[in-house]
Amino acid sequence: MSESSRLSVLKTYKLYVGGKFPRSESGRVYEVADAKDTWLANVPLSSRKDARDAVVAARKAFGGWSGATAYNRGQVLYRVAEMLEGRKGQFAREVAQAEGLSTSEAALVVEAAVDRWVWYAGWTDKIAQVVGGANPVAGPYFNLSTPEPTGVVAVLAPQESSFLGLVSVIAPVIATGNTAVVVASERAPLPALSLGEVLATSDLPGGVVNVLSGKAAELGVPLAAHQDVNAIDLTGADPELARELEIAAADNLKRVLRPQDVRDTEEAGPDFAADPGLTRLTAFLETKTVWHPTGSLGASGSAY
Amino acid sequence: MPSPQLSPPPGQGGAATLAAFADVTASDSTLRRFLHGLPGVDAVGLEARAASLGTRSIKTTAKAYAIDLAISMIDLTTLEGADTPGKVRALAGKAVNPDPTDRTTPRTAAVCVYPDMVEAAKAALGGSGVKVASVATAFPAGRAALDVKLADTRDAVAAGADEIDMVIDRGAFLAGHYLKVYEEIRAVKEASGAARLKVIFETGELSTYDNIRRASWLGMIAGADFIKTSTGKVAVNATPANTLLMLEAVRDFRAQTGVQVGVKPAGGIRSTKDAVKFLVLVNETAGQDWLDNHWFRFGASSLLNDLLMQRQKLATGRYSGPDYVTVD
Repeated sequence: MSESSRLSVLKTYKLYVGGKFPRSESGRVYEVADAKDTWLANVPLSSRKDARDAVVAARKAFGGWSGATAYNRGQVLYRVAEMLEGRKGQFAREVAQAEGLSTSEAALVVEAAVDRWVWYAGWTDKIAQVVGGANPVAGPYFNLSTPEPTGVVAVLAPQESSFLGLVSVIAPVIATGNTAVVVASERAPLPALSLGEVLATSDLPGGVVNVLSGKAAELGVPLAAHQDVNAIDLTGADPELARELEIAAADNLKRVLRPQDVRDTEEAGPDFAADPGLTRLTAFLETKTVWHPTGSLGASGSAY
Repeated sequence: MPSPQLSPPPGQGGAATLAAFADVTASDSTLRRFLHGLPGVDAVGLEARAASLGTRSIKTTAKAYAIDLAISMIDLTTLEGADTPGKVRALAGKAVNPDPTDRTTPRTAAVCVYPDMVEAAKAALGGSGVKVASVATAFPAGRAALDVKLADTRDAVAAGADEIDMVIDRGAFLAGHYLKVYEEIRAVKEASGAARLKVIFETGELSTYDNIRRASWLGMIAGADFIKTSTGKVAVNATPANTLLMLEAVRDFRAQTGVQVGVKPAGGIRSTKDAVKFLVLVNETAGQDWLDNHWFRFGASSLLNDLLMQRQKLATGRYSGPDYVTVD
């Protein structure tokens, strides 16, 4: 029997919500093609109800994930990188098809993405030292600022960079203890949906990352208006949509990361190959400041 | 379909019913013969029917109507060992004014508490029209002497309870001592006086659908104003199937005797979607006469928050979240 006579097994790509792999509640799918317009797969076309379910899952996961120690979060994220490393081949193929790269170019992109993930895994227990601190105050108090996660973050993943860009927007959100609802690139969602499979097998609690495939415009609107979403990353929205979503997000005072906040020049999109800096890590943090009395001041001054 | 007869006002119905079933309740054996003579339940058919009624799509204005109706049918419940007068007051406040941001939200039907909290609930509710229901008769196990159960009931009524939720003695029922259960319900009914009596069967402990049908008839013959599925304290609580079965029982009972009895599923109903499914069951089985909080209730606590969030979604078009409803 020649090798070509084997029927290939086609993969059914599904969403990743609450640690499970559901189809879209609406039952809809759409076709995904590679850079040369050859059909690759049918993927779920998520509806606003899928977005709502994902927010519920993310909210449910928030307590446990934000309450985990930073060290533990770092370990879990590093584990994700280990899993990614083991599936480099699959991701390289998907990235090559999605972005029209050669196999070796795609392999470099995937390696950069794994390295990016490891880099963010290292930040989990260091961010507090960098953006928090003990503040000098004119009184008998300790005054301490600590960064806290914002909550549920809706992420519109970049439309062009289907994997390196994706990793670069998800990792910083969850590294600090937020949970995420991610809307994958509409044209190239396969790496994102495969990432869901990696996350499901790497100690990351279900619901911390939820991946939806579909139209950014259709899913962005209910997410931006959702009262139980605390922040939104508009990286994957075109300027017109970003403007509309920013207005909707103002209603419950969401934190908004606008495309222009992380763009190097006015025209170009973000360069995900460059050093990411701390912008994405700090965009979804609150600062909690605690005043603690050091003891009463006697005639001779503070006891401290 | 039998033409709906005018139901006698509550209080008189009981006496008329008792007279009609005097032969049946004459002795343990006649009662057993009657209850075991009820048609057997087609379990597969019942579950299929309940499931198919659960697939109805209720949207827009119908959904808004269903949400408001469901809110008005809730017995807002707290039955914890850790209940304090403060918690009961908070719950009463929520019953009167479920959504402080929207005064058009209907009030719940009642708050449901333990007998010792009735006074606190009554004081907090004042003249709001929200009733106070109290569980009684050694809730939730029902394992106590009749005297104790009756004293429990009288206490609750004396403290001002408008409704009494009693549990039946499941041990006696399962052992086949139907007359004992019957007489206990009658005694509690008498002790309840003017308060409406809800009889809890704890369907999760009755093991078969046939038993649920028998218990329903037994309760109705004994003069229950409401039949209620569960205490909320066991693994299986209200399900669409057992509620459907009880709705069929109250429908048939009214067709036969002219007495209307209410139904209250309790426990495990947490989402708006679930509640709407139950309302569909009511409308399709018992009929519109039961779509009123005098005849149908939900025993629930967390359900109210989900209903309120859905209500806010319908009003604003934005999905709401748990930050916008009270924590209880």
